[in-house]
Amino acid sequence: MLDIAVAYNRFRFLGHEFLTWLFFAIDTDEAILFGKIDNNIRIDIGNKMVLENRKEAEAEKIVISGEQAGLEEAFVALSKGALITEINLIIKYENSKLQFTLKGESLCLGSIKLSETGALETSQDLEAAVLEKIYLYEKIFALLDKAYESFLDLRISDQWKNHSAKKMKDWIGDKNRLLKKNG
Amino acid sequence: MGILSSSVSITRYRVNGKIEQPVLETISNKLEKRKIREIDGKTDQVSVGWTCFDDPYHPDFLLNRSFVIGNYIVFAMRLDKKSIPSKLVKKLYIEKSKRRLKETGRDFLTRDEKEGISDGIIKKLCISIPAAPNVYDIIWNCEENWLWFFTNVKSANEALETLFQETFEMRLVRIFPYTLARNSFLNNDAKIDLLHQLAHK
Repeated sequence: MLDIAVAYNRFRFLGHEFLTWLFFAIDTDEAILFGKIDNNIRIDIGNKMVLENRKEAEAEKIVISGEQAGLEEAFVALSKGALITEINLIIKYENSKLQFTLKGESLCLGSIKLSETGALETSQDLEAAVLEKIYLYEKIFALLDKAYESFLDLRISDQWKNHSAKKMKDWIGDKNRLLKKNG
Repeated sequence: MGILSSSVSITRYRVNGKIEQPVLETISNKLEKRKIREIDGKTDQVSVGWTCFDDPYHPDFLLNRSFVIGNYIVFAMRLDKKSIPSKLVKKLYIEKSKRRLKETGRDFLTRDEKEGISDGIIKKLCISIPAAPNVYDIIWNCEENWLWFFTNVKSANEALETLFQETFEMRLVRIFPYTLARNSFLNNDAKIDLLHQLAHK
């Protein structure tokens, strides 16, 4: 096994590629993510996306945030070779709504917001609230781990180069053309 | 930072190693041994230790068994730190240096004298300034060997990794793209080779 610090830096790109692929999968309803986990789960892009283009001499960073923000700039940046380094996601499951920001390089979850739980009055309430939160966090991690596993299997296969990468490139091109056409 | 806060951040870890039997006794004894040490009124600037999730300012892991919730060990790491204003240190240092020069009749101070003055000022301030506590909750599943730490702050994560290793003699491995891929490809050397090749393309 590689030294942890070396592995962190060397495979940072994998997290960024994963987030970019995740955006593609969500936007195109590829169903590769959700069908394997639970048909009742719905996942959407939230209120923030950060992209970085390291292909230029100096890394270029694009931050898109806000509830009403459009993703035009994201597609322009993607067409220039940028990758997503941070993405805010919304997961709807049964009656619960979970929103969080996922960072590509660390796969850490930040700003996790869950649906409100009931008021705490007794120690049993406290235990129940903790267990409920754990259950919901486990749902998020199970979904992300499954999605990451699907991405990895694809990424190390020949299918990535021959099929998926081309499909993603077409998707970015189509999106940019559509956005240009709609003004 | 708290499990029950309206907005939280989580860093995930894999726990390398097994806790010795009886598990709960071992954990409570080890947590008690390394629980947070109060530093108010003392010369220490920083203190890191374990604390109870439901009573972070009065930890007692031997009497309080509320750290077991369902199949999980729920506790917290407390990091107490005194903020010493550097401008105050500078002001007191200049005043004290001038006094020392006047007392000795010299026009310079040696490096040891300068360090001694500075250390003395910081220690004196440490005694009078109270420490600000930061509490970071933890959920540990001993059966499945994973742990969630409720912050993404780098310094807190590093403090956790060190304290956990010292307390339980087990290593925490942070989950990030490479380690999660290794977990996913467990025992499949061909896939791990392909993963390594990606980094060289």
